[in-house]
Amino acid sequence: MDNGSVSNQIISKRSSVKPKRIDQAIVEIVSDSGEGAQKCGQSLGAISAQMGNGVWTVEIIPAEIQPPARSREGASGIRVRIGSKKVTNMGNHADLVVALNEQVIYGRLRQNAYHKGTIMLIDDRWGTHEVEAIRHQYATALKEFRALGIEVHEIPMEPECLKILPDTRKGKNMWVLGMLSYIFDRDLGKAEEQIRSIFKKKSKAVVDLNIQLLHAGYVWAVDNFPLHYTIPAMEVSAEQVVMNGNQALSLGVMAAGIELCSMYPITPATSVSHHLAENIQKVGGIVHQAEDEIAAIGFAIGASYAGKTPVTVTSGPGLALKTEFLGLAVMAEIPLVIIDVQRGGPSTGLPTKVEQSDLLAAIYGEAGDAPKIVLAASTIEECFHFVILARKLAEAFRTPVILLSDANLATGVQPFPRPKIDTDWIAPPNDQSPWQEGIKPFDWDPQTGLSKRPIPGQKEGMYTVTGLAHGPHGRVAYEPEINQNSAESRSRKIAAFQKTLKPPVIHGDPEGDLLLIGWGSTLGAIEEAVDKGRALGLKVSSLHLRFLFPIVPGLVEIFSRFKKVITVEINYSDTPGDPMITQENRRYAQLAWYLRAKTQCDIDCFSNVYGQPMNPGKVLEMIKKEIANHKSSHVTS
Amino acid sequence: MIGTSHELCTMPLPDHHRDMEDYGKGVARWCPGCGGHSILAAVQRVCKDMQYPPEKTVCVSGIGCSSRFPHYMGTYGFHGLHGRAFPVACGVKFRRPDLNVFVITGDGDCCSIGAGHWVHAIRYNMKMVALLFDNGIYGLTKKQTSPTSPLGTHSNTHPGGSVLPPINPLQTTLGFANVSFVAQTTDWNPAHLYATIRKAADHPGLAFVRIVQRCPVFMRDLYGDIASNPDELIYLSHEKGINVKPGVAKTFKNVLAHDPTNIHKAREYAEITDGIPIGLFYQNIENSRYDDYGAYNMGMSNKVKQNAMEDMLDQYTIRNSIT
Repeated sequence: MDNGSVSNQIISKRSSVKPKRIDQAIVEIVSDSGEGAQKCGQSLGAISAQMGNGVWTVEIIPAEIQPPARSREGASGIRVRIGSKKVTNMGNHADLVVALNEQVIYGRLRQNAYHKGTIMLIDDRWGTHEVEAIRHQYATALKEFRALGIEVHEIPMEPECLKILPDTRKGKNMWVLGMLSYIFDRDLGKAEEQIRSIFKKKSKAVVDLNIQLLHAGYVWAVDNFPLHYTIPAMEVSAEQVVMNGNQALSLGVMAAGIELCSMYPITPATSVSHHLAENIQKVGGIVHQAEDEIAAIGFAIGASYAGKTPVTVTSGPGLALKTEFLGLAVMAEIPLVIIDVQRGGPSTGLPTKVEQSDLLAAIYGEAGDAPKIVLAASTIEECFHFVILARKLAEAFRTPVILLSDANLATGVQPFPRPKIDTDWIAPPNDQSPWQEGIKPFDWDPQTGLSKRPIPGQKEGMYTVTGLAHGPHGRVAYEPEINQNSAESRSRKIAAFQKTLKPPVIHGDPEGDLLLIGWGSTLGAIEEAVDKGRALGLKVSSLHLRFLFPIVPGLVEIFSRFKKVITVEINYSDTPGDPMITQENRRYAQLAWYLRAKTQCDIDCFSNVYGQPMNPGKVLEMIKKEIANHKSSHVTS
Repeated sequence: MIGTSHELCTMPLPDHHRDMEDYGKGVARWCPGCGGHSILAAVQRVCKDMQYPPEKTVCVSGIGCSSRFPHYMGTYGFHGLHGRAFPVACGVKFRRPDLNVFVITGDGDCCSIGAGHWVHAIRYNMKMVALLFDNGIYGLTKKQTSPTSPLGTHSNTHPGGSVLPPINPLQTTLGFANVSFVAQTTDWNPAHLYATIRKAADHPGLAFVRIVQRCPVFMRDLYGDIASNPDELIYLSHEKGINVKPGVAKTFKNVLAHDPTNIHKAREYAEITDGIPIGLFYQNIENSRYDDYGAYNMGMSNKVKQNAMEDMLDQYTIRNSIT
């Protein structure tokens, strides 16, 4: 069958209906695990990005691989936000949701994913199911959804797919992709190309079958579905790439010339190493899967001691296990890049859900005084570029560097300008020239605390690394002042790095009623809320921190220009007014706690741990409330 | 070489001959009578005999009395964390096939806190010499029961005597997948100690050597009598084994013929408790080596890397994205 001519016929068929132009759409596909909702949504995102739209995707992942079918907790799926402008976050409520059963919708309703006016396209097979209880559940659910103001459309997905497939558990997702491609006026040729790309390792028969399903879904929608929209492409001046945060981290590792990733599997960081395992050999590198998290960093430290700076990739529980070795890397001044793709904690926590709870652990997690550099990427583009930066900093300052990402960035897909690969990003070869005699292995500069390290193979550079207190010669120290002096040197070099940082850029006016401060993946949601607030005439601005330790300069001065300063974070904080909570015992969100200590300013926080990306609507509500409160308290006082 | 020009000699000549002093540094701070001193001398002698360049030699240790070892070597050294010598050593070797690596670990370090890494280091089978200094006690923390302390050992953590049977490091190591070299020797027989480490240095893989070591301060009774009585040693003899000079061999009254290619017999002899068997229990030079895998694809040019990066980015690039 010639797919190309079929798609032309299909396209000509619908040309009589003119699509309604919209600026953006938030679309969800929700199903049981294993039905391919994510593949469908990722494809919709990729096709849209290929068409030049702004895109952001967020995966909805249950904690288990195959949880029981038709369960509320087992909801698996994806949200795709498509826009005519750059999209930086997941938005508020979905405009349209495709549901493969009604039970999984309850799981999403609990997370406030839909509201009055959300369009729901639900597989109607459950209404005629042989089990009465299921028919009843379905009917009840639809009644409840309609009562909430959701516009429910029952779609005969099952019989339509059965025309092509013997078993619809696999394949329905591509029929849905076809249906959505019509509804949102997606380029059918690009959709076919996408299917060929995702099934590139499969046989031609599989590819053809999926394209057949795509066409069938598309044709069904042309003939039967009343809604038809188009989302115009955005104007971009540079060539774009589209990928998720973990792919960006992996490409960043390779672009940095890092030749070793030493890791242990942990969600949601593992896919970085999957991507590396598939590709790093093309740039002369290798992935080592260690026997545990401790060995993963120990192996990396050994490799760094003997040569080039490696990377280790982990998440919260793994970072906890790595702390002793991190302390050693600080003490022995061994360059190392540690990527922490954060998830919910403490303990096993929420393995597949987002949280920003490792900030203080990253900065202060080790026993003893262990200053090191901590950075946080706030966009997928930064996931790429910050690895390159982290490697350079690790080597220049002879220190471990922790790069924080999170589950939201890890699976979120977004286009950004294609990086212009620069060979200066690549680590230089190991220095094997003779070590300059008389230079000690920790020859700390009294002004900067910096020193140069010998690498095995360098003649006359022989020294022994030790985690024990040591002086400039690297030998175990028995004199009391050596520990004080060496701690000063390790601290001073971090201060020397801080001197190179610039004050952060403020989003909005440089003064006003309210300043929001964020870090990490909340950037898009915060700035969207600030923009909306400003459009309403509210005097709100925001700033976003990339360098967490050491901290960027100028914060106290910036804070002094605002009446109130609040951090926006996805981690736990006590709510004033809750039982037992007083000003004295209230626990602040992590960045707020840290900034209060650093700046001695009265910084408040807005944070939660629902395991969801930050929602711009909720941030905007908070902005309105805070500014109103401040105004009213000002009037009364 | 007479009559041939210097250029025709394809063998690189060493810069200079290295002596024992080239491999030493400082004064070892172990207790008088500690087995560590003789092991240090044996390793330095092996390095000299192998003419290892000191700058191409790395001693990696964990924490404990034995793990101070790298500080007394004139080579590169890495005195790391308790139990973690193996991961660091494997990391050192992975992308540096040119380095000679020694792992120095103790019974607490290897068989207790670092036991997980022990299993996997044996399985990685990277070319290095691992020396287990086994004195059956925690020394640096002052006399606590170690995993190899004999049942009933009186220590500060078990004043009434230890209650569990000890781990037998030979038996254990011989049970790990991909094990390729297991030998045992003692600190008080310098000739056999040297011959064992020398054999280990030649092994193409991870050579695991358990050194039965005396602790004169905390475990004076454990090997006190044995050390003064050569009859307590059982000499494993075979042409493929560890061979000392005939004069030394003659001093062993108990001799057991053992073919080190026979892992079943090796496991059987590892269980001998009536006397201390010394020699090569097992060797297999054919096992897969993880350092061969690690050294893959090294030294690629920046141009090749850059092209590969561009190809990868192409896969993520939106076609016709410039409007």
